[in-house]
Amino acid sequence: MGYQLNFDAVWRNFDLLLSGLGLGLALAVVSIFLGSLIGLVAAFAMVSKNRLWRGLAVGYVTAIRNTPILVLIFFTFFALPQFGVRFDKIESFVFTLTVYAGAYLTEVFRGGLMALPRGLREAGLALGMTEWRANLWVVIPVMIRNVLPALSNNFISLFKDTSLAAAIAVPELTFYARQINVNTFRVIETWMVASLMYVAACYLIAAALRRLERRLAIPR
Amino acid sequence: MAEHLLVIENLHKTFGATEVLRGVDLNVDSGDVVSIIGSSGSGKTTLLRCVNMLEDYHEGRVLIDGEEIGYTRHDGKRVRLPNSTIARQRALTGMAFQTFNLFPHLTALKNVTLGLVKVRGLAKDEAVGIARRWLDRVGMLDRQDHYPSQLSGGQQQRVAIARAIAMNPKLMLFDEVTSALDPELVNEVLNVIRDLARDGMTMLLVTHEMRFAYDVSTTVIFMHEGRIHEAGPPSEVFIRPRTPRLAEFIQNSSFRA
Ligand SMILES: Nc1ncnc2c1ncn2[C@@H]1O[C@H](COP(=O)(O)OP(=O)(O)OP(=O)(O)O)[C@@H](O)[C@H]1O
Ligand SMILES: [Mg+2]
Repeated sequence: MGYQLNFDAVWRNFDLLLSGLGLGLALAVVSIFLGSLIGLVAAFAMVSKNRLWRGLAVGYVTAIRNTPILVLIFFTFFALPQFGVRFDKIESFVFTLTVYAGAYLTEVFRGGLMALPRGLREAGLALGMTEWRANLWVVIPVMIRNVLPALSNNFISLFKDTSLAAAIAVPELTFYARQINVNTFRVIETWMVASLMYVAACYLIAAALRRLERRLAIPR
Repeated sequence: MAEHLLVIENLHKTFGATEVLRGVDLNVDSGDVVSIIGSSGSGKTTLLRCVNMLEDYHEGRVLIDGEEIGYTRHDGKRVRLPNSTIARQRALTGMAFQTFNLFPHLTALKNVTLGLVKVRGLAKDEAVGIARRWLDRVGMLDRQDHYPSQLSGGQQQRVAIARAIAMNPKLMLFDEVTSALDPELVNEVLNVIRDLARDGMTMLLVTHEMRFAYDVSTTVIFMHEGRIHEAGPPSEVFIRPRTPRLAEFIQNSSFRA
């Protein structure tokens, strides 16, 4: 075929790719943070005795987990404004990814809560802690440590989902890669570099999370 | 009201359709060591857990120093107290569990200081001082920086006892604190409790260690089918049981005078 790889055009636009990667990471961090808070609250709702809370949490998780994320992105971006909810595209995507992350993290946290021995919470209560304080100082710290590996997997997968923001023209890595591809016709080179950038970023995130896991691990 | 430290009146507790406690009455005075014995399922654990409201109860009253635990009355109807009040009342007692229930993410020292700092609001230095004193008392000071997973069962239980007592409860509740332990570790824990009993700590303890109950108790209670079937000083209960049920229970136990 005689196709000559030529990366010049890609390197010339590399700063765009880098800024796209940076935005993707920022989107992921914000959504994961907010999604974790939602996930924690919903996980406690799921294991609570209150049927209303339990029902709401189950409804939320079921609805979100059974909808493709691209549909959620489009729904938020195109349909919600029809109800008068106005977002710019970055806000819209962060909102979607947060809600999406929340549903998956609810499941992770719920599993973590159910796996804890019941005596742990009771030991806190017996010392005179209120439910909330026992959760804050005992239940959550132990549960988080136990679910860190599962959490890491979810975080990486949520970061990769930021590539879908390109569908509503959020200028992240995939968006710029497509732009460079269209403008320079360096199809193979562009997508090769973009892929490698995702791989490197995921690898670094995984390494950082593993370090955190080791730091927080309960000594054996 | 008489000056009993703990008063239990006509306590009833049901789980679903089964009535587990069927009217328990008990008075405990300051300095008493009350052992609860009885066969499996007779309601011993449930009785202890009603005293610190880890279980709600359906009828009757529990009073500590004259204060009704868990409920109040409005127009003759019982109303559960707010959770914050119940939390404060729980701190009147300390509890040691069969399964230790140490906080696995904290060292032995921090297991003890957590409640002192977060619940009693002590400054960190003061909390550490108190915690170290109690860890020393249970022979665990040299392991203060170990995590629960790095301690034997007996050591974990001693830390758990220190954690509860450091909060300065008026009454200690022990629920079969040695039944999850290997036989060779039982005595180190029993010795700690014996030591505390000699020191005048008021305690209510569920145990299957008959010899121990005989030695340390001021009163022994035999529970059967959700009621106190027989109660008295250990010399009576173990040596001269009045009811055939208790006689049979003692007979089948490991107790030998
Ligand atoms: N959370 C619960 N839900 C339903 N039933 C329960 C619960 N806890 C205890 N029970 C029942 O209540 C009865 C008394 O239980 P309890 O644990 O108080 O007995 P126990 O005297 O401590 O027995 P053991 O010596 O085996 O510890 C048992 O029949 C038990 O099955
Ligand atoms: Mg029991």
